[in-house]
Amino acid sequence: MNSLLVYLTISIVLFVLGLLAMMTRKNAVSVLMGIELILNSAGLNFVAFSRFSTGNLNGQTAAVFVIIVAAAEAAVALAIFLNLYRLKATAEVDQADELRG
Amino acid sequence: MTEPALYILLAPLAAFAVMIFFGKKLPRGGDWVSLFAIWSGLAVSLYLLAQVLFAYDPDFCETRSIEWLVWGDFRLAAGMLIDNMTVVMLVVVTLVSAVVHLYSVGYMRGDPRYTLFFAYLSFFSFSMLGLVLAENLILIYAFWELVGLSSYLLIGFWYEKDSAANAGKKAFITNRVGDAGMLIGILLVLSSLGTVSLHGIADGVAAGKLGGGLLTAVGICLFMGAVGKSAQFPLHVWLPDAMEGPTPVSALIHAATMVAAGVYLVARLFVILSFDASVVIAYVGGFTALFAATIAVAQNDIKRVLAYSTLSQLGYMVMALGAGAYTAGFFHLVTHAMFKACLFLGSGSVIHAMHHALQHTGSHADAQDLRNMGGLRRKMPLTFWTFLISTLALCGVPLMSGFLSKDSILAGTLAFASEHPAHWLLPVFGFAAAALTAFYMFRLVYLAFSGTFRMGADAERHLHESPSVMIVPLVILSTLCFFGFYTLPAFNPTTPEGGWFAHLLPTPARAYGVAHYAADLSHETVVPGEAFEQVAPHAEHSAHGSHAIHTIAMMISIFVAGLGILIASMGYYWNRISPALWQRRLGFVYRGMYRKWWIDEIYDVTVVWGTLGFTRVLTWFDLRVIDGLVDGSAWLTRQWSRLSGWFDLRGVDGFVNFTAWFVGIWGRFVRLFQGGQLQRYILYTLAGVGLVLILSVLQ
Repeated sequence: MNSLLVYLTISIVLFVLGLLAMMTRKNAVSVLMGIELILNSAGLNFVAFSRFSTGNLNGQTAAVFVIIVAAAEAAVALAIFLNLYRLKATAEVDQADELRG
Repeated sequence: MTEPALYILLAPLAAFAVMIFFGKKLPRGGDWVSLFAIWSGLAVSLYLLAQVLFAYDPDFCETRSIEWLVWGDFRLAAGMLIDNMTVVMLVVVTLVSAVVHLYSVGYMRGDPRYTLFFAYLSFFSFSMLGLVLAENLILIYAFWELVGLSSYLLIGFWYEKDSAANAGKKAFITNRVGDAGMLIGILLVLSSLGTVSLHGIADGVAAGKLGGGLLTAVGICLFMGAVGKSAQFPLHVWLPDAMEGPTPVSALIHAATMVAAGVYLVARLFVILSFDASVVIAYVGGFTALFAATIAVAQNDIKRVLAYSTLSQLGYMVMALGAGAYTAGFFHLVTHAMFKACLFLGSGSVIHAMHHALQHTGSHADAQDLRNMGGLRRKMPLTFWTFLISTLALCGVPLMSGFLSKDSILAGTLAFASEHPAHWLLPVFGFAAAALTAFYMFRLVYLAFSGTFRMGADAERHLHESPSVMIVPLVILSTLCFFGFYTLPAFNPTTPEGGWFAHLLPTPARAYGVAHYAADLSHETVVPGEAFEQVAPHAEHSAHGSHAIHTIAMMISIFVAGLGILIASMGYYWNRISPALWQRRLGFVYRGMYRKWWIDEIYDVTVVWGTLGFTRVLTWFDLRVIDGLVDGSAWLTRQWSRLSGWFDLRGVDGFVNFTAWFVGIWGRFVRLFQGGQLQRYILYTLAGVGLVLILSVLQ
């Protein structure tokens, strides 16, 4: 079995799990966790392609960026959630529909 | 001599300016300002006359001009021309004007616009003196119009009366007809000679630059101005109506000076008048003389009789100039100015007294109607005697000035007719008019001054002689009606020959040369060299002939004047002839004379109705066609705007509204997807990605 395919399979699984978590979970923190899964699956993709195709370190570098962005994003998202909670006394995302058209 | 002349001209103008602006604030309404201006002008004029008499030179002439306008090559000078004629005219104008000023002090006393009257009189004097002094035709035309303007102002002076206001308008408009002709004449001269100065024109004609038919046309066109201003037939209608003005005005403007302006103009242009133009002028004058005399016979208004008499005498002057009797025509202008002014002022004195008397008795009878007068001789002796003297002068009774001048006119026309037998009608006009003049003037004198007063004893008690300020002018003017003043040093009571007047103002030679004139006379082409020789003995011959003719003319003239006086005496003094009976017997003729030969009515029917009819046509055209066009275009615009409005509402607005509606509908549809729930967005995204995937796979 081709080892790249293994990585990609794991990445897809992670991505789909993350996506499902984003789409189905009501709790904001759970949604955030789904996002983290997706980001990580993307990072895994970068590393895997880097390892098996080009031989340089561009993929790895991108993965490091993804991790850093994920950390910053988590901080921002948690701040948003806190504000959401303060405003609505709940952390459920379907309560936040102020942008409805 | 130009400086004193300039003073004479400008003094009345200065007086006018002072009177208009400060007159009412001055003591006595400022009349002394005007009086001083004109009397000092008279003094200076007499000084000039004395100089001319001492010089005793027929060719005396002095000009002075400044450049006024420059149009390319054409230079127009504003200048004065002073020769013997100018000086005589200056004396006549200032003299009559001065005595009329004095007279007006009495006549206009108590008038609400006393000051304005004197201001206008001064303005008139200025205009008339400017006309006399002007050196070129354009300047003459300018003063000509100023004279017309002051005449208009003074005729309509009592503008509260409709008749006076209308008379002013009539005078102005009638004169406009003549002035149009005069302007054309001036323009013809200007275009053919390039100059308008009087001497320049004469020189140009002498050099042959203007001649033939065009010269005749120029003469007749310029004469048209004179026809208007000197009230010759057919433009005479304004003068009798102008008697609506105050009587001093009638004396000054409409008898003595302004109406003489036309004659003066013809005399100035005498040297360039072609034979044909002269004949036209002579016939117009002669016809007017007789025509106006017949009307004067039947008038009952004292001023109207005198007005028609003025027309008739102006006709004499014009006829004389046309017939080549230059000295006689101009001489008559001078003598006529004196006695006609005196007659008018005398009639003013009568009207003044009548008005006063009728007012006292509360009667509303016409103060100017001869039928209301009678027997005034005893109440107003001085007025009567001065009136009688000037009447005798007007009738041409020997020893009077009018005899000299009228006689030489008649002799002149007789001489003309003897040279050109085809024109025998001219002396007939002259003698007939002379007989009628004697008749109507004595009729007037008898009706007004003899017999008994016709308005009752009550009114008669209030009749009294006019104040001395009105009598002095009458005395001055009537004194000047005697022959002696005009025939010195010869002192001949039968002819002006040998007197200073005839010496200083001899008949000038025609500018286009004796040769051309002789050719005109015989209507043949004559070689110039031969013509001089032919004409010279002829002239000598005619000098002898003219003496004989003069004697004949004098005889006939005395006879017809005596006849007229005799018939008037039989009719109105001895009552041997019944005027009423003769009025019936003459029937149609009398009615014609009484109604002024229906000239006013004819003008009403032709000119006035014609103009009104034309106006009506134009009004109809304006209302129907022009207004129709405007209305039609307005209607069309409205229809078009209605259409475009409909299109705007339905088409443009519809499109805009549809767009908005469509966007709204679409927006409502799209809104459905904007739930605001993030998770659902993700679902959509996923669906979209899935769709893209499916499509890419299918391709």
